[in-house]
Amino acid sequence: MNEQRPITIIIVIIIIGVVLLTKLFLIQVVDDSFLKKAESNAIQRVVDHPYRGLVYDRTGKILVYNYPIFDLMVIPREFQVGDTTRFCEIFKISKEYLVETYTAARKYSSVKPSPLIKQISTTDFARIQDFLIDYPGLFVMTRSVRSYPQASASNALGYIGEISSKQLERDSSKYYRQGDYVGLSGIEGFYENDLRGVKGVKYKLVNVRGVDKGSFKDGEFDTASVAGKNLISTIDLELQEYGEKLMAGKRGSVVAIEPKTGEVLAMISAPTYDPNLLTGALFGNNYMDLNRDESKPLFNRPIMAMYPPGSIFKIVQSLVGLQMGVLTPNTTYSCNRSLVACHNHPSPVNLFGAIRNSCNPYYHQAYRAMINREVSSNTFKDTELGLNAWRESVLKFGLGSSLGIDLKNEKGGSIPSSVLYDRIYGEGRWKYSTIYSLSIGQGEMLVTPLQMANLAAIFANKGYYYPPHMIKAIDGDPNKIPEEFRTRKDVGVDAHHFDLIQDAMAEAIYGTAARAAIPDITIAGKTGTAQNPQGEDHSVFIAFAPKENPQIAIAVYVENAGWGGRAAASTASLMIEMYIRREVKRLALEEYVLVGKFM
Amino acid sequence: MRQDDLYINKIDWISIAIYSVLVIIGWINIYAAVYDDQSVKSIFDFSINSGKQLVWIGTAILLITVIMVADYRLFENLALPLYILFLGFLLITPFFGKEINGQRAWFEIGSFRLQPAEFAKFATALALAKFMERPMFDLSQIKYQVQALVIILLPVAFIMLQPDTGTAMVYSAFFVMLYREGMPQWYYVFGLSFVAVTLLSLGIDNNLYLAIAVGVIILFLILIGKKKIPRIIGLVGIGILIVGYSYSIDYVVSKLPEHQQNRVMVLFNPNIDPLGVGWNVTQSKIAIGSGGFFGKGYLEGTQTKFDFVPEQHTDFIFCTLGEEFGWMGSLVVIVLFSGLLIRLVMLAERQKNRFSRIYGYCVISILLFHFMINIAMTIGLFPVVGIPLPFFSYGGSSLWSFTILLFIFIKLDSHRIQLLSRIG
Repeated sequence: MNEQRPITIIIVIIIIGVVLLTKLFLIQVVDDSFLKKAESNAIQRVVDHPYRGLVYDRTGKILVYNYPIFDLMVIPREFQVGDTTRFCEIFKISKEYLVETYTAARKYSSVKPSPLIKQISTTDFARIQDFLIDYPGLFVMTRSVRSYPQASASNALGYIGEISSKQLERDSSKYYRQGDYVGLSGIEGFYENDLRGVKGVKYKLVNVRGVDKGSFKDGEFDTASVAGKNLISTIDLELQEYGEKLMAGKRGSVVAIEPKTGEVLAMISAPTYDPNLLTGALFGNNYMDLNRDESKPLFNRPIMAMYPPGSIFKIVQSLVGLQMGVLTPNTTYSCNRSLVACHNHPSPVNLFGAIRNSCNPYYHQAYRAMINREVSSNTFKDTELGLNAWRESVLKFGLGSSLGIDLKNEKGGSIPSSVLYDRIYGEGRWKYSTIYSLSIGQGEMLVTPLQMANLAAIFANKGYYYPPHMIKAIDGDPNKIPEEFRTRKDVGVDAHHFDLIQDAMAEAIYGTAARAAIPDITIAGKTGTAQNPQGEDHSVFIAFAPKENPQIAIAVYVENAGWGGRAAASTASLMIEMYIRREVKRLALEEYVLVGKFM
Repeated sequence: MRQDDLYINKIDWISIAIYSVLVIIGWINIYAAVYDDQSVKSIFDFSINSGKQLVWIGTAILLITVIMVADYRLFENLALPLYILFLGFLLITPFFGKEINGQRAWFEIGSFRLQPAEFAKFATALALAKFMERPMFDLSQIKYQVQALVIILLPVAFIMLQPDTGTAMVYSAFFVMLYREGMPQWYYVFGLSFVAVTLLSLGIDNNLYLAIAVGVIILFLILIGKKKIPRIIGLVGIGILIVGYSYSIDYVVSKLPEHQQNRVMVLFNPNIDPLGVGWNVTQSKIAIGSGGFFGKGYLEGTQTKFDFVPEQHTDFIFCTLGEEFGWMGSLVVIVLFSGLLIRLVMLAERQKNRFSRIYGYCVISILLFHFMINIAMTIGLFPVVGIPLPFFSYGGSSLWSFTILLFIFIKLDSHRIQLLSRIG
């Protein structure tokens, strides 16, 4: 009986074997999605974040470095909290926070690590380290954040922050990933590509708990990260800190430049903030606070604030006039106050006297001579041609457009051309009497404190400048800084014309800015007052010193401090003394500036 | 002396060869499953499972020797006492056994652990053979069907007390033996249809589709058949039964303990919870599926090595093989298993003695069930049930019980001439 049944059983065995082998063939050979899943399971692509480059000042003092912070990670499946109260005490968190974070982590994955406490400081980490062994499922991941030991030059240095989605979209090189940190302002922003280094990638084998089980294929596909380049800044930290001290409690800017090189020795934006606020865990909150602050500490005034240049512009006018041949040292005009207001001084004056006394009517008349050259019989046309020709000369002084400093968001100011007046008054409907304010640095004219400091450098150099910059060497090599910072720019005015200007500026110290004088150091300077329709005028002063061999050119703006001869000149003078002597002996003047009652 | 020659020559060396190869491949894979790149230990190291398995293999050889030198009549004589003895063990296990993973399936004597349910298989097989060898025993009669079922269901009932559903399920395998011994064919048609409807009901989200399909088939049968009223009523009745059963399954499933319920549901859709209930199947499929045609190479597997697959040295040992030796490795092992089973069918069929033949089919039944279900569950063709792959999976109880099971049959087969003469 049942003779066919053994055959049936054999057939069933064969069918089972074939079914199993077919299914195995499908998942092992045909469907390669399992291979990918296996890779994403066990091969973890770990980005090896490079150390961001450090920044030093010109004397080798560290301005920016990295320090480690720690993220406490949790693997929910292995985590055993035991006594919750004790746990919360040790790790200094609230029970609600623990429950909330743990639940979120568990929801994400019970086997993959999630952060439990982010950005633990080194001191806190040292405290909790010993307790970690009591809690399975916890481990620590190290990251690094920026730190500023001197808490100085914050606006110049800038800050880094998490990359925004807009920046990610713009990143055509696809270098950045969500959550990466990038330089957002200042030096951090401008030198992002040098500072960031090159990310490395390590393919690590991990087990089901995410525990490192060595490198994939002995690191065949790994790339090492390359640390960011270290930058040597042009900043003189001592001078910078002194400037910040002088400017404390005030609003304004100080920019000091080494004339021979264009290196920025100090760049003070007041009020400032502690750059350490914009690192680590509290970045978000602190940033909001600083951003809301009415005194705008994040506003980098030296390169972003724009003011009318005021009287200081008269020096530029003098130089342009001399080069044009319209003015000679002997050109004399009377101080005709019916043209424009002035103050009491001998009249008439020659060019030297005009600079020394900052005579407004002189420049009113001199500027007319520069603009109305009678090239055209139509006085409107003549003014237009004259203005545009004059403007070309002025632009060479680094005015009217940004200087290209190596900081983000530099403003360019403006020197008006005929286009502007045509737009305001209509073509052929304006003439010299419309634009004469430009003669004394007012009207439709704006400059930044940086441009003013650069003017001082031009006067010191007798006709040339190197574009101001904040970084003098990348990885110790001065030739790695951008080419334009090593390219001399001439302003198109013969050097001998500057002799008279320098003499007059040196004289002017004793006229309008007696406080600026330093015994044994010849300072050449010029006061100015930037008109402020909203309130008290801004006090402005530019200078360079020593006159014979200029080492520092400086521009100081103190907002709402009135006439330039007081607040700005005093501050500039102290800065010069500090830079050249490395100490300040005029303590009474220092006290005067620190107290800050200039009005 | 002459008789000994005769006996040795009758031993089926083909089965033994396949058995040995499977055990060795299994042992090699156990080493791969526990291998840790960062603290490499020898395959012989007794502190890891491959070393321990070597001990089990050594003792298994000892057992084989005992079986082969024992008197062949012993097994038939011991059939009933052994059956009763193991029933007794099963009965006390839930009370004295050590609790592991919510089951009391293990006896612990010192550091030595034993799973009585594993050994109860061959005892049950012997008891079935002993009962069914009687000349009047006829499976076409209800009376004898019930007798056979009682012998099978007694240990099942006791095992369910532990509870160890997987091992209990193994006893359903005896239906293969019963089929060979003349169990009416329509039982199987009915049973398989029952299983098919069950699986379809669970697999299809909306039972309405199944109801419609059954309706259409019934309608089709009515239309092509002779239109006799009783026949139509009968068919419609069957249709209603199927549909009603199909709907009631969902209810039954909802009453199962949650872990079993999840195991069932995950079979149909492992993606419902790949990190939770679906973890085992998902990870097991990833491990095997990532092996490709030739595999990643011995000890090169990442999924099994890094603990992505749970129970990888025991119930999920096939993952290691699939991952490291690829489809070719799977092919070799499946061909070896199928070959052994077919060889055993051939051996069973050459028995002139009913006891040996029935016992042989019991061995075939159990090995086939384990082989099919274990591999099917690792590749997501069957819900996860905790049963080992014969000769492969790590563990003394498992290796010993399969070895005893197989070698009693090989012993009986080698004496088929004497057994014939005894009966004759």
